[in-house]
Parts: sequence; C-alpha cells; structure tokens
Amino acid sequence: MSKTVPNDQKLDVAPPYNAVARHGVSPQPSHDEIARFDFLANFNKFMASTLSPGNKLAYDKRVLPAFLKEHGREPQDRFEIRHAMNKDPFHKFWSALKRNSMEMRQQNGRAIVLRQIDELNAKARQYNEGAQGVKSTLELNPEIAIPRYQSAVDIHCMPGSYHGEELPGDVSAGANYDCGIFATTGGGLGALTDGGGQALVDWIKKERPGWEPRRVLDIGTTVGHNIVPLALAFPDCEFIAIDTAAPILRYAHARAQSLGATNIKFIQANAEDLSRWDDGTFDWVQTTMFLHETSGKALPKIIAEGYRVLADNGLMLHLEQPEYSDAMPLFEQFLRDWDAFNNNEPFWSSMHALDMKDEMVKAGFDRDELFETGVRAVVDREIFPEAPTGEDEDHGRAAFWHAYGAWKNADQMQEAAE
Amino acid sequence: MTDQVFDWMAAANKKAKGKRPEYFDDPEDERMLSILMAVVGEVSVLRERMDTVERLLDAKGTISRDDIESYTPDKEAAYERGAMIREYIYRVMRGPHQMVEELQQAEPPVEEVSRELKEI
Repeated sequence: MSKTVPNDQKLDVAPPYNAVARHGVSPQPSHDEIARFDFLANFNKFMASTLSPGNKLAYDKRVLPAFLKEHGREPQDRFEIRHAMNKDPFHKFWSALKRNSMEMRQQNGRAIVLRQIDELNAKARQYNEGAQGVKSTLELNPEIAIPRYQSAVDIHCMPGSYHGEELPGDVSAGANYDCGIFATTGGGLGALTDGGGQALVDWIKKERPGWEPRRVLDIGTTVGHNIVPLALAFPDCEFIAIDTAAPILRYAHARAQSLGATNIKFIQANAEDLSRWDDGTFDWVQTTMFLHETSGKALPKIIAEGYRVLADNGLMLHLEQPEYSDAMPLFEQFLRDWDAFNNNEPFWSSMHALDMKDEMVKAGFDRDELFETGVRAVVDREIFPEAPTGEDEDHGRAAFWHAYGAWKNADQMQEAAE
Repeated sequence: MTDQVFDWMAAANKKAKGKRPEYFDDPEDERMLSILMAVVGEVSVLRERMDTVERLLDAKGTISRDDIESYTPDKEAAYERGAMIREYIYRVMRGPHQMVEELQQAEPPVEEVSRELKEI
C-alpha cells in the first residue's frame, strides 16, 4: 500500500478502537469488528467536518433564496427550514448517509454483543450476584413501567432501546450502547466513554475544593459511565443511580463493580416519583444527557422531585446540549435538530426549546441560585481527540456540554452561618 | 446453549422501532444506499485486515502462496467459513432485511410521536 500519511503534518483521524479500555463486562471484539468501528469513527468525522458544511452552502445558495421567493419572508422557525431543506438534494443525501451510519453502528455493535451474549451474561452474573443471590447494590423493581417517552420509538435508533432483551435477563442493551459510543463520537469520550464523568470530577474539585457530598443521585444513569468516575473520586460517598430499564442496570452494575466503584447502588426507578426518598436526602442530584429523552410533562416533574430530595447547600446539575435561545441562529437550531427527526430523539427538539433556567425556577430554585457553564470531555489527549466545536462540530454528539446548575438555598445557608 | 436457537446474525439486524425517514423519491434508492454503505464499510474492514497481515509479515516472516492455494478446510473450518459468508450476507442485506419488518408493522412518523410526547 502506498504511503498516504505525510511525515510533516498530523491528519485528523479517529483513534483506533483498540484504544478503548476493557472492563469486566466488555464484549471482546474480533479484528474485523474493531475494523468496523474504526471505519465508522472515521466516517462520522468525515461527515461532520468535511460534508456537513455543504448543508449551510445549500441553504444559503438555493434553499433560502427559493424560500424567500415563494413566501416573501424569512423562515420563522427551525421547522420551516427543515421542511425546505428536506427537499434539497444535498441535504437529503447527507441525511441518508448519516442515518445509515447510525444504523450501521447499531448493527455492528449488536453483532459484537449478540454473538457472545451467553459469555457476557455469565460475566455480568459474576459481578451482580454474591453468595446471597443478587447483590444489595442492584435493586430491580419489575413493577416500574417503561414510560411512553422511552417506549414510543427506540431512542437513537438503538433496536430494543434501553429496556429491550434478546434473551431473558440479558445485558445486550447495555453492552451494545457502551461498546458503540466510540463509533458515533469518534473516540471523543475517551477509553471508557466516561469523558463526561471525568469532566464532572475535574469541575467539582475546582468549584468546591475539599467538598465531600454524603449522597449523590444520578438520574437516567444508563450504563453508569458518567457516575463511575465520580464514585471513584468520592469513595466515602453513597451513590444512587436510577433508570427505568432493568437490562441497562444489570449491565451498569456489573460494569461499575468491575471498575471498583462499589459505592454505587443501581435502582430501577422512575425519577418522576422519588417518594421513596425523603426531602433533602441528597447533596447532589444530576442528569447527564438524559432530559432530552423524557417528555413535556415528565421533565418538570423530574426536576421538581430532584429539587425536593436535594438538601440545602446541595448541587443540582444537568448536562445537555445548549438550548435553542433566540440568540442561536435558526439554521444552527435546524442542524442541531437533526437527531430529533432522523435519529429517533422525539423530545429532543421540544426539550432544547425550553428555557432550562425557567424550568429550574418553576421547580423551586431562586433565579439568582442558578448558574450555567460549559463542560468539555476530559480524556487522555495522548490518544483521544478534543471534541471539535463550531464549524466542525458534530451537532448533538459533540463531547462538549452545557451545564445547567444551582446550589440550593446556598445564600440563605451562608447568611445563617454568618 | 442458546446459539442453537438464537440466530444472533438475524437479531443484530433488528430494526429500531420508529418509522424510518424517507430521504429519496424512490424507496428503492434507500435500500441501494444502505447496501452500498455496508459494502463500503466492509471494504474498509478488508483493507484493515490486509494491513494487519502486511504488518505481521513484516515483523514475523512469511507465509507462502502455495499454502493459500492448497488449503482445504476441515469440517469445522468449512462451517466457520460458511457462517462467515452468511454473516457477510446478513450485514450487507440489512436494508432489505429491515424492509420485511417494516412490511410486518406499520408505524406512525416520529414527528407525530414528537408532538405527542410534548403533550404527555
């Protein structure tokens, strides 16, 4: 093969899937399975940085002029732009390629996991079961119903979603979700896809040096990848991680145990009803990339319940992609909306149109308690890339988040102390 | 063992619940692109595999062309190679395979679900 990499410059390529760290319930990929994710990681990079700018060109050069001619005005919202762009040949083809990439990622991940599902289930059982049966750190509650916002469609085109099982009691949903995040983020979340959790550890250590929360609640934990780094950073703290889906919790618990995070209790629960916990139980209540997978009525309930179980001087923190404020151009809103309609994220568009500050005030916070900050994934930069933002950003998947937070009654607590 | 009753190759192709958006005027184009993209991916895999072989040969020595030409698979290897080809076919045929599932179950557009979720 001819030499294609010049010696004097570094090309932007995805790190190899071999760099992904293995934990106790990682599926073991074959050479060609690794090669499939290597292809997708680099293909997604190409889609985001090389092809995606064509969307703006198509919009500026032909879609917007045609819209102005037809309607005699600018588009009023991101939906009008989407309907116009969906007729554009470039955008259609780009979308079709991107949809295929998402579907291939699912097929490729499921193929790795399902061919070794018996071994994976056995490994998970080793971590989930002790001498007395299922460990007390894993509590599954079959009476928890899968809410409509989780069952209406399979979120991000993941067949079976978080709650699906191929074999009774299996961990395939979690294993597939975990092993393929590398492909869609081009390695941007690091060796254990925990760049978000690592970022939270860095952030809190700088924000409140020496702070030791007693109890932390992680809502919509999925495979627990964002809570394990915190649990390891605060070994004396009790962590509760909840999700409505049992299959993902079986996997998450085994994964956490294998990584030494034995201070997390995984509980099947719906965050709209946290009545099993008293007011002020937790010093930290958080979600990471979860609220957009709920619904118009569930989201305020979840934040209100989170507020109730949060102690005074406690931290509420939600990581999401940035909201569609009036300051954000409509075209960018449209591009950020791609996943809503093309990657089965049906609440994504409505959620990002919400003013999260208003939602948190409705839940009980004072407006002056709120803060916002940017959080960038913390990964080993020797191997893993910094997530591109701006022009080259893969909207919806960038490993760079907007944090909406508040310290509950922190001012009153300080005043009382003084 | 579950692998006697559980066809993981078919299961890996499962379609995500939620009506698939239509990008092209002709639905057959959707399937053609999905096959093409799968082949594109597989060619990449072959190239990576070839590179692995080249690097191993560089580092470790040689295998002869005769070895390759005269190779006859035993029963187990023959099965494995058949399974490999079958797996290849399932992977490349994912698009048409999913059309079967779509024919089995009509689904509302995600946009409709999106409107619903906003209200519930």
